[in-house]
Amino acid sequence: MNTLKSLIYDGSFNGFLTAIFVAFDEKTRVADIQKKSASQSGLFSETESIFTQMDKAQRVWNGIDKKSHTAIQDIYFAFLSETKGVEMLLYSYIRKMFASTNSISSDFSDGTVLKISQLARSVGREKHRMEAFVRFQLTKDNIYFANIEPDFDVLPLISKHFRSRYADQQWLIYDFKRKYGIYFDLNKVEIITLDLDSAYTNSINKSVHFGDEEYNYQDLWNNYFKSTNIKSRINLKLHNQHVPKRYWKYLSEKKAV
Amino acid sequence: MSISFERIKEKLNILADAAKYDVSCSSSGSVRKNNSNGLGDSSGMGICHSYTEDGRCVSLLKILLTNHCIFDCAYCVTRKSNDVQRAAFKIQEVVDLTINFYRRNYIEGLFLSSGIFKSPDYTMERLVAVAKKLRLEENFNGYIHLKSIPGASDELMREAGLYADRLSVNIEVPTISGLKLLAPDKKHEDFTKPMLKVKNEIIQYKSEKKIIKSTPKYAPAGQSTQMIVGATGESDKDIMYSATHYYKNYNMKRVYYSGYVPVAEDSRLPAIGTRVPMLRENRLYQTDWLLRFYGFGVQEILNNDHPNLDMDVDPKLGWALRNMEYFPIDINKADKNVLARVPGLGMKSVQKIISARKYRKLNWEHLKKIGVALNRAKYFIVCDSSKWEHRDMEGTKIKGLILQNSVGKFRKEYSTQLQLFS
Repeated sequence: MNTLKSLIYDGSFNGFLTAIFVAFDEKTRVADIQKKSASQSGLFSETESIFTQMDKAQRVWNGIDKKSHTAIQDIYFAFLSETKGVEMLLYSYIRKMFASTNSISSDFSDGTVLKISQLARSVGREKHRMEAFVRFQLTKDNIYFANIEPDFDVLPLISKHFRSRYADQQWLIYDFKRKYGIYFDLNKVEIITLDLDSAYTNSINKSVHFGDEEYNYQDLWNNYFKSTNIKSRINLKLHNQHVPKRYWKYLSEKKAV
Repeated sequence: MSISFERIKEKLNILADAAKYDVSCSSSGSVRKNNSNGLGDSSGMGICHSYTEDGRCVSLLKILLTNHCIFDCAYCVTRKSNDVQRAAFKIQEVVDLTINFYRRNYIEGLFLSSGIFKSPDYTMERLVAVAKKLRLEENFNGYIHLKSIPGASDELMREAGLYADRLSVNIEVPTISGLKLLAPDKKHEDFTKPMLKVKNEIIQYKSEKKIIKSTPKYAPAGQSTQMIVGATGESDKDIMYSATHYYKNYNMKRVYYSGYVPVAEDSRLPAIGTRVPMLRENRLYQTDWLLRFYGFGVQEILNNDHPNLDMDVDPKLGWALRNMEYFPIDINKADKNVLARVPGLGMKSVQKIISARKYRKLNWEHLKKIGVALNRAKYFIVCDSSKWEHRDMEGTKIKGLILQNSVGKFRKEYSTQLQLFS
């Protein structure tokens, strides 16, 4: 009597958790879980639209968290990887988890568990990278502004780090790839969108939004970076491995002056 | 650009260039919460904000306060007799640079060292003044690493630890005889006295904190030191026994090894242009790790029969090949400290094996997926499989097979085979 269904959610993590709730609650035979923006109807399955409901999402979160804190973190991080098909992988992980009496998050000889843990690790690495590679530029309006293009959707993960570190300055970190940012106004962090035509990279062309003092500091940093290098130990391979080229355009120390 | 920025830039170039031979750039191990809505918050995890083209982490603004120096240590670029440009920062200039770099997320904090001008105390006083200003006037919770100036008074060392996260004195020359040769103005005690003071203060503050919660932190990231490698004729055994001495007697958090980069012509030292012994430096760090995290004793790896580390294999593999009676080890049964001795198993793999084997017995396929370096490990372990690579092979045979089937980043430095045909 149960037909195969594809669940379509709004793309948010809470939407995904609501879909999981529905799947368990209605004992749905799930063919696929897809973002609305990327949905394709399957030939042999019906589709069901999921409306994000915070209370249902919260129940799923709590249920998983109670079984294993590592698991809920791995699930959230892996979700943010935006990997194609990650929803079904997570669904199968969660089913395994509830079917088992023990925690499964460290069963690395299981393919699904290993894959989720690896995805979570990649996202964790990108989070750490962004905590390192964000370069604020002080605007004339006294806001420390940075734009980034991370491989994964890590803004929700780095917010807390910057909030506690830069508590006495206004800052804004904008994800140019995903077209949204987080802004701290000295009281709270808000999600914002901006009308940006192009990103503010480390181009040698100066922008009117930043003052002389800002460019002076970028210049000092760029100089420092060169002075602290030991030429007789040069190892560009290692350098590129630690600072992959795709991040260079936002790093003032990599500006070609 | 304004005149003052041009002047700062010039100073920064000189004083960063002179500070770069200090290899420590650690910013971890100290938790400083931003409770006062000030600037900075350290969670205890270090962050490398960039990497230089030589592949080293850039975590801190690493500069000298000045490169004027009254001493003439042969190995040091800042030595009195070296003909280099000299400069000195004002205290406020260092504070401004640190704050402005930190606000832009360039750095985790400051690593301030200095040439010794006028006297050790005069110099130490100024280093402390920078740290004090950052903490008390700028409400700065980022990381501060101060150099303990050899010969500085106990009183100043006590104050330094109240503002700094880490303190360090570089012993530089691993042996006392080498020190006499290369740094005739300095006495061994000049280095050890501030170390001892810092060690005792750390112990005292820690024990007071247990009783009175409001006791301030004292150098919470501990102290470290650095030794130059390859400047004088010391063996790896000399270096590692000396390092062990400092870990044990001064509770060092870290000992750093720095392959000597020739900075001035001096008959006592390798000539300018001599290659930096980077492979040797790498092997010393591997040994250091084995001692600190893998449960090895220094005499197991280096002793009178083996005073120097193998260059062609890492020190753990070297030890294993000399101690074949210890193997094979059963992956599904062995304790953590036994697994840690298997070549090709890092502590992360060890942890994963211990977690994963609770669910099922592990075979070669599982180990490969987990990320074990089987090309080395397979000769030393058995698992849930009848296939066993070790059989009755001699150590030398295994070594040959491993070298044949692997690519090391330093391979060209010890490969002699190629030279036969070139």
